[in-house]
Amino acid sequence: MADDDAIHGRGMHEDGATGFSRRDTLKAGAAVTAAAVLAAQGSGIGVAQQAGGAALPGATDTLLLQTTINGEFLTLQIDPRTSLLDLLRERLTLTGAKKGCDHGQCGACTVHLDGKRVASCLTMAAKADGRTVLTIEGLSPGDALHPMQQAFIDHDALQCGYCTPGQIMAAVACVQEGNATSKERIREYMSGNICRCGAYVGIVAAIQDAAVRMERS
Amino acid sequence: MHAFSYARPTSAAEAVEMFSRAGEGARFIAGGTTLYDLMKLDIEQPRHLIDVAAIQQLDGIDTAGDVLRFQALARMSAVATDEVVLRDYPVLAESLSKAASQQLRNMATIGGNLLQRTRCLYFRNGANGFYPCNRREPGSGCGAMGGLDRGQAVLGTSGFCTAVSPGDLPVALVALDARVDVIGRTGMRTMPIEDLYRLPGATPHLEFNLAPGEMITAIVVPKTAAGRASTYHKIRDRESYAFALASAAVALEMRGGRVERARIALGGVATRPWRAAAAEAELAGKTLTPELALKAGRAAFAEAVPGHHNAFKIELGARTVADAITIAASRSI
Repeated sequence: MADDDAIHGRGMHEDGATGFSRRDTLKAGAAVTAAAVLAAQGSGIGVAQQAGGAALPGATDTLLLQTTINGEFLTLQIDPRTSLLDLLRERLTLTGAKKGCDHGQCGACTVHLDGKRVASCLTMAAKADGRTVLTIEGLSPGDALHPMQQAFIDHDALQCGYCTPGQIMAAVACVQEGNATSKERIREYMSGNICRCGAYVGIVAAIQDAAVRMERS
Repeated sequence: MHAFSYARPTSAAEAVEMFSRAGEGARFIAGGTTLYDLMKLDIEQPRHLIDVAAIQQLDGIDTAGDVLRFQALARMSAVATDEVVLRDYPVLAESLSKAASQQLRNMATIGGNLLQRTRCLYFRNGANGFYPCNRREPGSGCGAMGGLDRGQAVLGTSGFCTAVSPGDLPVALVALDARVDVIGRTGMRTMPIEDLYRLPGATPHLEFNLAPGEMITAIVVPKTAAGRASTYHKIRDRESYAFALASAAVALEMRGGRVERARIALGGVATRPWRAAAAEAELAGKTLTPELALKAGRAAFAEAVPGHHNAFKIELGARTVADAITIAASRSI
């Protein structure tokens, strides 16, 4: 995916060094890209750059994506090859979702798409068009922790923490689906999230705990 | 990943029309859990992607009529949790809930799932890999033969390919005599699901009996009383989230302790979803005992041809079938 990184990395990485928060960066990024799109619309960007010689009416080599990410409505011009994970991490600097295997096997990239958990590495960013994305950064307002985040801390449900954002997004969905009803069922419905540190006992305990708190709130 | 053009049709008919206009290198994409994965490995290199996933009103689940009708874009997770499927067709629900992870089941469509490509290590080694693969590159040879063939098939193999058909749902659908509706340039047609899958023979790169530009629009399952006395039993290297080493879909019509009719299909052991007619015949009209169940299991593998490291699948497979028969029978009223 090195090509995608080069295409989508432009202008967004340095924001982190200026002291902006991720949310500020996201807002700034959206404003910049929205402006770029407006400037480009006069040149018919929707079907522009037909480098590959697309033969189809309506087919595009670049794509105008309109999507809502953590409550922010964004308009972005993307290369259709881009994965949702690379869009989040490399272009929007939302680096909570992690790239583990990049093939849908480890769960570290889990986000919610229209309220359902998906592997963002195997989700083409184009598929987020007209839909709503929730990442770990948008799980709770401000600095408050979501009950699932608090439960992961309380139950020591991690060591290195790399898989944790994916675990938490999967765990929240697991509760919302009604699949957190027993230890066995939690294990089955969390099996798509691998933890190489082996913090599974804490993870299952955290989900059981948070399930109760989520139902109360 | 190579560049491609991207188009989003609004109907199945428009998708087919787009495909025929695009010509060489066109592919439909739905959930993308197989195709996009293989594009990242450069094994699939489409020049035109036609994204059918956003087509409206092609994801319906209708279980109220004489048949179960699942439109192609229904998500695996949606079919797996349908109330009628859960209650009356556990073999279907289990084949879906034991496949992949909840994340992938939320993405993958059941139409696309029928066309999942093999997980053979040598196939997935990549277009620029060290190992030959007749399925990936016709005529290049087979790396699995004489290689690490522990996961390879023991039924339906040829001298060109031993790659396992990876799906779970297709195995359950074969046991239930499902049909597949397809749309193409010349209109609609329907076929038994068994006819969708080809044996590898000398042309393992031809996996499905679909013409270029044909698209699956629906899966139709006849309703049967055997649905309730059914199971999909899947044995894996770990307890969850893995492909089958051996699996069996079994649905029984029982009268008392006697089997009137059995439907049995195998996964994880064959080059296509595998109907086990010999095992079915072994049970028909007989009183079910543990010994008979194992005899049926062994009959299912009478024609099996092992490689160097996968002979264990023959005994494992026979016992998987026997256990599945016992589980299905226990659900008979």
